[in-house]
Amino acid sequence: MSSTSNSNAKKMWSLASLLVLAFCIVFILIPIILVLYKAVVDQTTGAFTTEYLLKFFTKRFYWINLINSIEVTIMATLLSAIIGVPMAYVMTKYKIFGSTALNILIVISYLSPPFIGAYAWIQLLGRSGVFTEWINSTFGIHYDGIYGFAGILLVFSLQSFPLIYLYVSGALKSMDSSLIEAAESLGCNAFDRMRRIVVPLVMPTLLAGSLLIFMRVFSDFGTPMLIGEGFKTMPVLVYNQFMSEVGGDDGFAAALCLIVITMTMVLFFSQRFLSEKGTYAMNSLKPMQKIQAKGLTNLFVHLFVYVIVGLAIIPQAVVIYTSFLATNGGQVYTGGFSLDSYTAVFEKDTSVIWNTYSLGLAAIALIIIIGVLVAYLTVRHRNIVNNVIDTITMFPYIIPGSVLGIAFLFAFNKPPLLLSGTALILIISYTIRRMPYTVRSTAAIIGQISPSIEEAAISLGASDGTTFRKILLPMMFPGILSGAIMSWVTVISELSSSIILYTSSTQTLPVSIYTEVIRGNYGNASAFSAILTFTSIISLLIFFKVSGRKDISL
Amino acid sequence: MSVTISIDHVIKKYGNDTVIKDVSIDIKPGEFFTLLGPSGCGKTTLLRMIIGFNSIEGGEIKINNTVINTIPTNQRNMGMVFQNYAIFPHMSVRDNVAFGLKMRGKTQAEINTAVNEILKVVKIDHLADRMPVQLSGGQQQRVALARAIVIEPEVLLMDEPLSNLDAKLRVEMRNAIKDIQHRIGITTVYVTHDQEEALAVSDRIAVMQGGVIQQVDSPIHIYRRPANLFVASFIGLSNPLPVVLQKTENGYLAQFTETYTEHFTNLTEEAANGMQAIVSARPEELHLYEEGPGIPVTVQSSVFLGLVTHYFVELPDGSQAEIIQDRSREDIFPDGTKLYARIDAQKANVFRADTETTLIRRD
Repeated sequence: MSSTSNSNAKKMWSLASLLVLAFCIVFILIPIILVLYKAVVDQTTGAFTTEYLLKFFTKRFYWINLINSIEVTIMATLLSAIIGVPMAYVMTKYKIFGSTALNILIVISYLSPPFIGAYAWIQLLGRSGVFTEWINSTFGIHYDGIYGFAGILLVFSLQSFPLIYLYVSGALKSMDSSLIEAAESLGCNAFDRMRRIVVPLVMPTLLAGSLLIFMRVFSDFGTPMLIGEGFKTMPVLVYNQFMSEVGGDDGFAAALCLIVITMTMVLFFSQRFLSEKGTYAMNSLKPMQKIQAKGLTNLFVHLFVYVIVGLAIIPQAVVIYTSFLATNGGQVYTGGFSLDSYTAVFEKDTSVIWNTYSLGLAAIALIIIIGVLVAYLTVRHRNIVNNVIDTITMFPYIIPGSVLGIAFLFAFNKPPLLLSGTALILIISYTIRRMPYTVRSTAAIIGQISPSIEEAAISLGASDGTTFRKILLPMMFPGILSGAIMSWVTVISELSSSIILYTSSTQTLPVSIYTEVIRGNYGNASAFSAILTFTSIISLLIFFKVSGRKDISL
Repeated sequence: MSVTISIDHVIKKYGNDTVIKDVSIDIKPGEFFTLLGPSGCGKTTLLRMIIGFNSIEGGEIKINNTVINTIPTNQRNMGMVFQNYAIFPHMSVRDNVAFGLKMRGKTQAEINTAVNEILKVVKIDHLADRMPVQLSGGQQQRVALARAIVIEPEVLLMDEPLSNLDAKLRVEMRNAIKDIQHRIGITTVYVTHDQEEALAVSDRIAVMQGGVIQQVDSPIHIYRRPANLFVASFIGLSNPLPVVLQKTENGYLAQFTETYTEHFTNLTEEAANGMQAIVSARPEELHLYEEGPGIPVTVQSSVFLGLVTHYFVELPDGSQAEIIQDRSREDIFPDGTKLYARIDAQKANVFRADTETTLIRRD
């Protein structure tokens, strides 16, 4: 009996493996290969060519974008670390008044889309921003607003440091205080304890967090598009080349994608190499105790934390505030409060809101199903096929959204798989973009469940499938749910692939915000942004409630 | 060169909670001194006050008559071995051990010599270039010990260093620690809740309970002549038996039952005629006989351990006592046998019933 049920189970899981593999090949491997192919093959002759790549590297007009991207990415990552590491240290070491609320604000600021930050800062420090006008009238100067490099850097740094903060505080919390005490007893002063013990121990975590930020900043499209003005980055170039109405050049766009992917790949592997030693398994027998700072120190740490968190949360505050301002036809704020913007948005068309929710929910469902399946297969049924799946599902990690969007259009704009313009293509692109994170986090959850629990169920007469459904899934559920909420928050604010894949019937909130800002309809943009921000905040509050946690792992 | 440690009326408070209540101890140069007590008794708190991780709210701690209350930990020159070893996970064994020497600005040559030597002393010289994750618990323990003593500290402090090891390794390591400490001759304060460990390694033991020192004595005295009923029951097993004292010419009769008394000649002036007292007898200080006189007992169960046999017997008041008998009898009393237990009055201890302090005269 057991042998037949075993072989049935084997067949079932093999079938699942093959289905997942097929999905991965069709929706990850083929699109990427197509992009790479188009980058080096002449469209008309079908011969190998380096023409597109040469075009990029020989014209300053093009390659300067790559330099810009690298510059802004490195600077933003550095600044995030410079803000995030001390924040984490201060928040772990000292008792800070209202730290729970501060943590939630930090998470909210991280999870809202960067282009909303760009848009909000334009309203404050842009050409006709509130602060800009105040500065100009007060000092009698003509400041033109924080566009270009500085603006991008400001938005990205304030938006990315929370990730460093969350990562490093996680590492600090798992660090045993007796390590620091041991160093102290061996004659180490406070500065050396920081330099020789704390920093090396959080370094792998810091590197991992920096890589995430690097990827995010490097591939972000909305922020440089809105606040960059003349300062263009690679994703902007990719978008312009692909979408430009006159002479949109597939081959050149593909070559740009190839360059972008090469960059992210090099980075990914160098980070792997750097953190080769891996994170240190630390048994936090005695975690650091928070202490109450006294006098000036106390004042200083509170000031530091509150100013930084305040700056980080300004975009959300600004969009919510401005969404309630009266406007003149959505364009110019006329002073006073009103619900005009909301009325305009709701009267005009509510479909973008429902699009966002329904596409998001569908994507989440698909993400959970595929994520759990892949994680289960790769953790519990190690074999060649599942190892291949494991590797392929990591690919999207290094594929920026705009590249994925272009790859999808290359692959699915003709039969047999004509998906372009459908809702499905957006749903699948969200699923693919979220895949590496979902698979990793779910695999971690399964990894924590001892196999002997499943063996116990099987020894008590449950079949393999029953064990999976009745034992494993319920045990994984809280973790999966938390992960799903995180995915949901990211998916509903996705812009860079949506902007390439959407049609008028599948327009989402981020796309609407972006187009309204470009058109100068700040009122409508604020109302859309506020709706998106509220949705994110409520989802996060649900997350904290569901997971019973006060912090977050991304 | 070894130092003394004087703990002089020391107090530790957390808010309104006093966890160390006016403790005074004098530790001699080169002594292996153990703080022993149940968890929460304040032993680790006191240790951390000596090294400076905990502040001192009252009294003084002196090293060689120099008050160290306000000297920062990193300038106290004390080595500490932590309960979880606290090996720096990002450094090799060699770098871990060299860390304190680097902090002291020693030259690379000095460091190399000292590290090689100490690694040989703790017998891990072959593991010098391993990373901590590749070490077993016992090896990590040796690294922690080497790292603490290589800096030639004035004082070595150990906070339950063996509690994370398995039973066999614990015995091996405690012998190693005792041996190394003896060879280096460094004044050592050792914290443990394991009484057997304390008896095995210590020159002297301070038994603590509720932030108060109950007794400071050599292991032999702690075991044989506990100062109060708490020490008697915490160290080893004790069977408390209520008695009434009756004065005689050269001592006191302890009346156990109407017909059974034992004569104690070693009681202090505190003892008085008609006083309620408790005789505390270790299992090996009680003997079983088929005939009276003695306390009538009934065998409930027995465990044969080869060298000795443990009997669990019921006393007249319904409570249970444990009695260990050697091999003088060939066979074992079956369960249910009614017997008489007599006390070895030379070895048993007598405590006041009201204060639970000893009535035995110090020899």
